[in-house]
Amino acid sequence: MSSAEIPAPDRQQAAEHDSRRTWWLIAAWLALSLAAGLVIWFVWYPHLPPGDMTSSARHQQFDIAVLAISAAPVILGVFLYFGYVLVVFRARPGDDSDGTPIFGNVKVQATWIIGTSAIVLWLFVFGTVELIVPAGAGAGEGASPIWKLPGAKTASWTPGADDMLQVQVIGQQWAWTYRYPQFGGMESTVLDLPVNTPITFHVTSLDVIHSFWAYLLGVKADANPLVDNVAYTMARQTGPFTVRCNELCGIWHGAMTSAGNVMSQTTFKLWATAVQAREKADGVLAALPAYALTYDPTVIPQLGKDLVNVAGITGAPGYYYGPGNPVTP
Amino acid sequence: MSVTARAAVLIVAFLCVVGVVVFVALYYIGSASQLPTVAYKASDGQVHVVLQEDPGNNSTTTPSWVTYYTQDPTTKQWLHTTLFSVPADTRVDVTIYGYDGCTPLRNNYWGQVQGTLGRVVTVRQFDKNNHPLGSPVTTSLINSWAHCSVGHTFAIPDLGIYVPVASPNAQNSVNNLCGTFPCTPTSGGAYAVETFSFISPSKTGSYRWQCLIPCGGGFLNGNGGPMQTLGWMAGFMDVVAT
Amino acid sequence: MAIETQPERAEPTGRGPGPAGTGERPWWLRMGAHTGVIGAVAGYFLGHWLGNFLGGDFARSALANQNNVAIVLGYAFAVIGWLAGLGVFNDLFLLMQGKPIPEEPRFLGKEDSGLAKFFRFTLDHKVVGIQYLFGMVTYFLTGGLFAMAIRTELLSPSYHIIGPEQYLMVVGEHGTMMMMMMSSVVLGPFGQYFGPLMIGSKRVAFPRLEALGFWLTPAAYVILLSAVLFGGFPTGWTGYEPLATQATSGMDAYFFAFGLMGISMILAGFNMIVTIINYRAPGMRWSRLPMFVWSMFTVSFLQVLAVPVLVGACYMGLTDRTFQTAFFTNQLGGSSFLYQNLFWFFGHPEVYILALPGFGVISEIISVFCRKPLFGYKVSVAGMLGVGVLSFFVWQHHLFDSGINPDMRPLFMLTTELISIPTGFIFLVAMGTFWKARIRFSIPMLFALAFYFNFLIGGISGVFLSDVPADTTEHGSFFVMAHFHYTIMGGLIFAFMGGVYYWLPKMFGIKLNETLGRIHFWTMFIFFNTTFLPLFALGMLGMPRRVFTYARNLETLNDWVSISAFLLGGSILIFLINFVMSMTFWRERAAGNPWRARSLEWQLSTPPPPENFKRVPVILAGPYDYGVPNALPVADLSPPPGVIGSAYAPVTGGLEG
Repeated sequence: MSSAEIPAPDRQQAAEHDSRRTWWLIAAWLALSLAAGLVIWFVWYPHLPPGDMTSSARHQQFDIAVLAISAAPVILGVFLYFGYVLVVFRARPGDDSDGTPIFGNVKVQATWIIGTSAIVLWLFVFGTVELIVPAGAGAGEGASPIWKLPGAKTASWTPGADDMLQVQVIGQQWAWTYRYPQFGGMESTVLDLPVNTPITFHVTSLDVIHSFWAYLLGVKADANPLVDNVAYTMARQTGPFTVRCNELCGIWHGAMTSAGNVMSQTTFKLWATAVQAREKADGVLAALPAYALTYDPTVIPQLGKDLVNVAGITGAPGYYYGPGNPVTP
Repeated sequence: MSVTARAAVLIVAFLCVVGVVVFVALYYIGSASQLPTVAYKASDGQVHVVLQEDPGNNSTTTPSWVTYYTQDPTTKQWLHTTLFSVPADTRVDVTIYGYDGCTPLRNNYWGQVQGTLGRVVTVRQFDKNNHPLGSPVTTSLINSWAHCSVGHTFAIPDLGIYVPVASPNAQNSVNNLCGTFPCTPTSGGAYAVETFSFISPSKTGSYRWQCLIPCGGGFLNGNGGPMQTLGWMAGFMDVVAT
Repeated sequence: MAIETQPERAEPTGRGPGPAGTGERPWWLRMGAHTGVIGAVAGYFLGHWLGNFLGGDFARSALANQNNVAIVLGYAFAVIGWLAGLGVFNDLFLLMQGKPIPEEPRFLGKEDSGLAKFFRFTLDHKVVGIQYLFGMVTYFLTGGLFAMAIRTELLSPSYHIIGPEQYLMVVGEHGTMMMMMMSSVVLGPFGQYFGPLMIGSKRVAFPRLEALGFWLTPAAYVILLSAVLFGGFPTGWTGYEPLATQATSGMDAYFFAFGLMGISMILAGFNMIVTIINYRAPGMRWSRLPMFVWSMFTVSFLQVLAVPVLVGACYMGLTDRTFQTAFFTNQLGGSSFLYQNLFWFFGHPEVYILALPGFGVISEIISVFCRKPLFGYKVSVAGMLGVGVLSFFVWQHHLFDSGINPDMRPLFMLTTELISIPTGFIFLVAMGTFWKARIRFSIPMLFALAFYFNFLIGGISGVFLSDVPADTTEHGSFFVMAHFHYTIMGGLIFAFMGGVYYWLPKMFGIKLNETLGRIHFWTMFIFFNTTFLPLFALGMLGMPRRVFTYARNLETLNDWVSISAFLLGGSILIFLINFVMSMTFWRERAAGNPWRARSLEWQLSTPPPPENFKRVPVILAGPYDYGVPNALPVADLSPPPGVIGSAYAPVTGGLEG
């Protein structure tokens, strides 16, 4: 029975019935969205990953919570609407007729377009603000970062002052090492960091693409060979964290993990100077290349004379081993 | 289509599918279990793991790939595998024969010994006639950029064990390497013997180990081929309950 | 009240005597897949020998014990041999000799009967559609088997059933099989079969290109699987350099297969664009085109414009591996970023190539089973075109953390979020269509509803990923995995299943079993959601993609996901059983138009006549005029002679006809 065949007074009643039902639907939607927003903000937000261990993680946590609150009305609205129409407008058994031929409704379409555009613009503005304010939100910004943390770039790092701590993260197949240029360029397999200090990560690789991801730190930066990828964060709480590789780099990609700790500033300074002293005494510091933002392992200027003269080796073959290399058969 | 034709099509299709599944399953299971795990049992609270790394191997498909061999403790045979097991909470003494020639480390940091008892390794060099060259040297750093003496590395990252594996030095590496595999001290190649020890962890499980130096000749960065294949330059150390 | 037209009765076509139906030689003496296989094997050995001759003495071949030149040339000659054995080049050789090439056999009354034609290089687009259908189901099931292996390995973070490099091989095979082969999962079976029927055309513009596009897919499939014999490839489906240059021989198979499938997509897209523009029946205005045809039209442009970039990237990857060019090697002046940008410039339109046909199928289904016109036809078209155009401007959102210059990040965040507006139009159209409808919950309708449910979740999670700060946590983790499985599997594959249940009665005259179909739907929907919903949490809790081991506290969640995945595999098995048994044994006959649909393909006989239409129809109305009182039928299938007349060239005869 199409609408054209309903007698006039019934049609008006049906129309009023329709608009009452529509208002009830909208009211239910608003109430549920409000409830969802409150639940997300007060119950879920404090426990959302990546947590609040660092400044970048906190901002990401806030960002995800706001996104969730913005998305909840959309999801609830669509689900509610579908639930309603699937119940109310289903074909009763034995009913073979067609539905009401509605080809479009300009008001509905315009409302929808304006509404979705408004949400998208809001998300864009919010996302950009959240990207700029926390100094890039912990994402790797490449060699020329735009959004930086304030902090003095000093040759050596002192606790208590607002010095920026520089840490170089070197990814190689399949382990992470970390170099601290402010401590003589000493290298470590454990990432120890001081709390309440602006930290700059310089992420690079020696072979293929890796990605430095410590999710509790809220930092993710790809490690490319010969590229310096800079990311910023400031740790706010002490505690352990795990570094994982986030870009497929070969057989042990899944196992390429590393331990890390955020500790108090004095403990960190003690640790770093102790490692620096030990590596100096062992001769490791002298064996390492000078600290640089990227490394090309095919060129090793420090190679001893006997290597060059006797074995004819001019550098760790980063490329395919040349045919003249007598060492590798 | 007639019933018999339809039935025939169905049965043939089913057999094809089953055949593919069986083939694939067997391939995976077969290739994964082809590698034997060498079990080292404790005696007097100690375990002696013996490995060697060679500049080539005795396989037919990839004879130029460098590889590790593991020695079976009972038969003293060299098995082409990188899977071995040690008991938990035990002192593990490791001896590695380095038959492959020297190459500079990609990151010279790995020349530093970490995670072994005393944080040292002991190295002795031998020439191609199996005569020792000098007395054993105990060191905590082998600088492969200052002198040519590192062939590969042995690293168990989850336990913090990183050890550079010594190789014949520069003079000995040139045209003096063994040519029949697996090498032995009398194969006619120069080599180096390295020993170190560590305590196996109390938590049982599989701990991966790898080489951290470019050794896959012919592959970009030297990290392809054998470096990324179990049984060659990468493996598992299983820690089992005593 | 809907006006139904009587489906035409199939008339016997003129068939010659003889067992093959054409009066010619039996099938094993004619060219077909069997001769193609012979050609492929011969070509492989020839190419391999040539490669050894050319590159066998490269120094690196001796060190690495692999000759990539031989492998790549082997594949190349194998494909040429495969096509030659199939008879693809026969008409070309005739042309070169100055002889006329014959018209499509079906227009001369010489259509083959029996199964043999499905294994041959045929020019009938309906046969090509059915070939695609069976091909795509095979590829999908193979990819699914690999997925089962992945979830088996991920049951435990410490006990490893397969080795780590085999795990990467399985992951790469699953991903590539799905992303590469499923690009044509709707366009192939339904686009090729029903596209011309929906626009009232007797043929496609380039039937040889279309058939070639299909026959490249089994070659790509076999080459991709052959990587398993070489130890697989370690890069996953994205093939990132420089790991790809470092990999062993299986990587050549990946690049080559992807390039081959890319060529197939370009040809198919090209053919579809020209067919839709030029071969619409009189009266088939753009505003009367079914939404499915619009989606095919948009997707074909995406294929033609985006896929060549992929083919270029694959080619460069192969030259890097064989001739040691340094396109992607940073230390020699190349750039690893170059590969990422090339790949994702293709990769992002690719995911819309996967998603848009799903929109098209669903739009058809909801209109029929709501018995209502599509709400906002123009809005829906705008949505599809908007998604298609915008998809070229968003690719850098895959590279937010990669170390490229950050100043474009807000721009790409904006464009990616903008793309959710035209995607939202699809939901607007659906919501409007359901208002005051008469909804029938047939199996295709159930799949359509599941599509909207899944795609909403997938789409909203995409908005989370487009936001750069949130992306810092989510990029490269299982969150991304959940997002694209919801949009692609929850979207496209559910739409594909809906399309199968919807259109099979027209293709074969057989309805799939109703009970099994409902069991299939409900198990698939429930287990799909239980499998992929927890992955959002896993990703946020720090589990990267493509890992064989993970943090111990995530083991329970992973076990839940794995068990759900096995059950999901079981539901697909139910589909397979339903499909095979219904087609071969139960054979429940379907009426000519069981859904009482208005669109043009349902007005034909079952199966449609070989030449599609006796006479070129005249289109009188749009296909969505349900509920319109006194609506005209969608087309006049027997226009009086002279109506079309001299204004239109005769359809049969000649090369371009």
